[in-house]
Amino acid sequence: MAAATALEEAAAPVGALCGLVQDFVMGQQEGPADQVAADVKSGGYTVLQVVEALGSSLENPEPRTRARGIQLLSQVLLQCHSLLLEKEVVHLILFYENRLKDHHLVIPSVLQGLRALSMSVALPPGLAVSVLKAIFQEIHVQVMDGEKDPRNLLVAFRIVHDLISKDYSLGPFVEELFEVTSCYFPIDFTPPPNDPYGIQRDDLILSLRAVLASTPRFAEFLLPLLIEKVDSEILSAKLDSLQTLNACCAVYGQKELKDFLPSLWASIRREVFQTASERVEAEGLAALHSLTACLSCSVLRADAEDLLDSFLSTILQDCRHHLCEPDMKLVWPSAKLLQAAAGASARACEHITRNVLPLLLEQFHKHSQSNQRRTILEMLLGFLKLQQKWNYEEKDERPLTSFKDQLCSLVFMALTDPSTQLQLVGIRTLTVLGSQPDLLSSGDLELAVGHLYRLSFLEEDSQSCRVAALEASGTLTTLYPGAFSSHLLPKLAKELHKGESDVAREDGLMKSSRHFYCLQALSAISTHPSIVRETLPVLLQHLCQANKGNMVTEPSEITAICQSLQQVAEKCQQDPESYWYFHETAVPCLFGLAVQASMPEKESSVLRRVLLEDEVLAALASVIGTATTHLSPELAAQSVMCIVPLFLDGNTSFLPENSFPSRFQPFQSCSSTQRRLVALLTAFVCSLPRNVEIPQLNRLMRELLEQSCCHSCPFSSTAAAKCFAGLLNKHPPGQQLDEFLQLAMDTVETGLASGSSRNQAFALLLWVTKALVLRYHPLSTCLTTRLLSLLLEALSCPDSVVQLSTLSCLQPLLLEAPQIMSLHVDTLVTKFLTLSSSPSMAVRIAALQCMHALTRLPTPVLLPYKSQVIRALAKPLDDKKRLVRKEAVSARGEW
Amino acid sequence: MVGGGGGSGGSGRGGLLENANPLIYERSGERPVTAGEEDEQVPDSIDAREIFDLIRSINDPEHPLTLEELNVVEQVRIQVSDPESTVAVAFTPTIPHCSMATLIGLSIKVKLLRSLPQRFKMDVHITPGTHASEHAVNKQLADKERVAAALENTHLLEVVNQCLSARS
Repeated sequence: MAAATALEEAAAPVGALCGLVQDFVMGQQEGPADQVAADVKSGGYTVLQVVEALGSSLENPEPRTRARGIQLLSQVLLQCHSLLLEKEVVHLILFYENRLKDHHLVIPSVLQGLRALSMSVALPPGLAVSVLKAIFQEIHVQVMDGEKDPRNLLVAFRIVHDLISKDYSLGPFVEELFEVTSCYFPIDFTPPPNDPYGIQRDDLILSLRAVLASTPRFAEFLLPLLIEKVDSEILSAKLDSLQTLNACCAVYGQKELKDFLPSLWASIRREVFQTASERVEAEGLAALHSLTACLSCSVLRADAEDLLDSFLSTILQDCRHHLCEPDMKLVWPSAKLLQAAAGASARACEHITRNVLPLLLEQFHKHSQSNQRRTILEMLLGFLKLQQKWNYEEKDERPLTSFKDQLCSLVFMALTDPSTQLQLVGIRTLTVLGSQPDLLSSGDLELAVGHLYRLSFLEEDSQSCRVAALEASGTLTTLYPGAFSSHLLPKLAKELHKGESDVAREDGLMKSSRHFYCLQALSAISTHPSIVRETLPVLLQHLCQANKGNMVTEPSEITAICQSLQQVAEKCQQDPESYWYFHETAVPCLFGLAVQASMPEKESSVLRRVLLEDEVLAALASVIGTATTHLSPELAAQSVMCIVPLFLDGNTSFLPENSFPSRFQPFQSCSSTQRRLVALLTAFVCSLPRNVEIPQLNRLMRELLEQSCCHSCPFSSTAAAKCFAGLLNKHPPGQQLDEFLQLAMDTVETGLASGSSRNQAFALLLWVTKALVLRYHPLSTCLTTRLLSLLLEALSCPDSVVQLSTLSCLQPLLLEAPQIMSLHVDTLVTKFLTLSSSPSMAVRIAALQCMHALTRLPTPVLLPYKSQVIRALAKPLDDKKRLVRKEAVSARGEW
Repeated sequence: MVGGGGGSGGSGRGGLLENANPLIYERSGERPVTAGEEDEQVPDSIDAREIFDLIRSINDPEHPLTLEELNVVEQVRIQVSDPESTVAVAFTPTIPHCSMATLIGLSIKVKLLRSLPQRFKMDVHITPGTHASEHAVNKQLADKERVAAALENTHLLEVVNQCLSARS
């Protein structure tokens, strides 16, 4: 009784198994495979029982059914190979090997099964090679037969790779295994035009490479093959061989490479010297790099000879005479080879540097022409740069130490050479030398700084040198702030001061460009916190002097100082402490100067007004914005508590000089000059982090809204509109926001109706719309439509000033809201094309810029107009004005 | 294209290498805008610099560089006459066997076709003595039908457009 129950229990799962098998094979369902695998794992039934259950389907005359049966078995094996006993593995392998002769539809599943079996720990020695031979014979035959299904090949490569990476003992079969796989090298396969499997040539190349480069045991067979194929005529074979060699170096050691080094080097050298292909050259250099790295890293047996030194000596021997040949034909390839090897390890770098540097130093002095010297210095630079890769512990180990003086004098020679090109390389070399730790002495640095000072004032024709010198100064200042602080800053400050006295400005242009270069040099070296604390006061002091002095100051001079300040602010962004220092020093100072300039004072009216001109205020605003955007919310909150009360209440207590003849009330209607300063407030407020709370927000927004419609001064009303929109953009959603929006819309509509402040209302609408578009507010679509209808209406207006301002509004809209603009494409194309032959040059240019911007609309919208537009745009190509033609060319090219 | 004769055999080695590491020339800046150009009344005639500005930023099909940087086109090799509506551009392949010469010429030609008024008659050719197959390439470039046919070849047009696309 009990036995019978036990039997039933055992039989029941087998019955279930048959059902599952049936569902998978005949029912074409995928789920049962995992179920069967899970049952085998849990011990529900054995693999043998699965084979038995499959029985009939494996013998079915229909190949698709047989394939399905094998697929099920293979999937189970893939999950359960660890449970198999050696005996089972042997039987299954015999079965599978036999199945390899089956129909090609069955093969992929057979290979999956063999792959599973190859992962089994119970795989007996010797059997694997027999499997592989069977696989490659069968597949090879099939490929020859023209089946050309590379999927089988991919799986076969995976099997071999699995076997090797599992450290399966290959015993005497290494060579045979190598033979069956390496016969595919190099892969020559072009996927058929509509290949359903999407296997690319590279997939095959990479999987074969993974096999070939997977074990040092293949080295003695593979290296001769690679050498042979590098010598081949076919480009792809060369590349594949060099890349495979590169991959091999990751697993090889000196032992494997030893016998082949001379031939490998000869092949690589020949390719780099002779090739016309940049890729072959790059791969050759990469292979040499890996070879050298491999030789440098190999662990040696106690009695073995270290091959690195002799290998490097061979390279040096074959390359050094090219470095010295007077015609300099092969210098570059030689230098590249040496650098590839030197870049592989600290030892290689040391060895090569010690040998090459004296040669190059000598060659530099042998050649007298600037362009030859430039080539030599460029090579030298390459070797110097490599030093930075390695940290030498001891100063004496550093190969450069003994050449330091010669290198310095050579670089200084280059820096004083008449050739700009040589100077440029000299500057780069100086930067690299400076970056070597503890190399330059304080005397060298003083000389270097002197040269950089001179180069920073080079005139017109060598601008590239001047810019490079500024950049080098910036980099070196981060390393040697002391040297720049004591040898450069005083000179620059003095130079700047010269310009402040009115006697010196007599000689006009020359002076003013020196003055400008000096400002640039000051900002260029503001790369170290300690330097910023010196340069910023100098710049601000200079700004105050320019404002105070009783000579006529041009707006361009002030904007130049502002540009310099802005660059300093940008450089401070990396270091929060410097950034805050900049903000807390410069921002009050700039506001202070501007407030002072806006005071109604009679005697200095003309001079101080320079600060209030549009372009100067814009430059100041830009500095304030840059000095604010990256503030932390806490510090920004501190600053906003000073600046908003300045504008709303005239609280000037935080300004450096705050005794003014009268009050600062920018929002009062009587003070039109003070109102212009709202542009600075806008820059500050709009740059604040989003979560900073603004004091008296409600009052501020109302004041701004009011001012935005004031028509006496477009500059300040636009600034107010921008500031209002900026605040609207950041305002948290809720009732208050809706109230402000309603208020703004009322203001716009009143303004549009009034006539006199129509332009202001329009600008306000534009900015409010932009603010809402950016925050995805639901009102934005409605506003944009309103705006567009106004703009399209304005396009038909005959007045060229209106046309121009409308076009300049439409252009950014086309770029930012192409979807909405698409609805009006017909009107836009017609209007723009008409305006592109307007009598006014500015309108023609703007219309063509809009035509260009139209190409941002979705392509299907544009296609119907394409040929019409291209034809129409041929006309402005022949415009009498060059500036118009330029826009026509770029618009037509884009269409 | 097979090299024309043994004349270049001796320098072949150096020439090939020169192509792998081409000499790179500096880019000229934007043309400064003059007061005359700002003036509505003064007509500006089409000059060599304007033609040069049209073609100097064309990308080389092989290197990530412009024709200007490779010195393939130079302002001095451009002859233009606005009143006679003619323009002649000579370009210099980096090496005498450059297989891309036709493609480069075609790119220049297409750029000019798209950018100049229709009245212009244009001649794009190789700087004499700088290419092994100079004659054959010039003939192809001068052949209107061939240029038109080449531009109907979508693949070729794509390559040309790639050369003409502005740098990002």
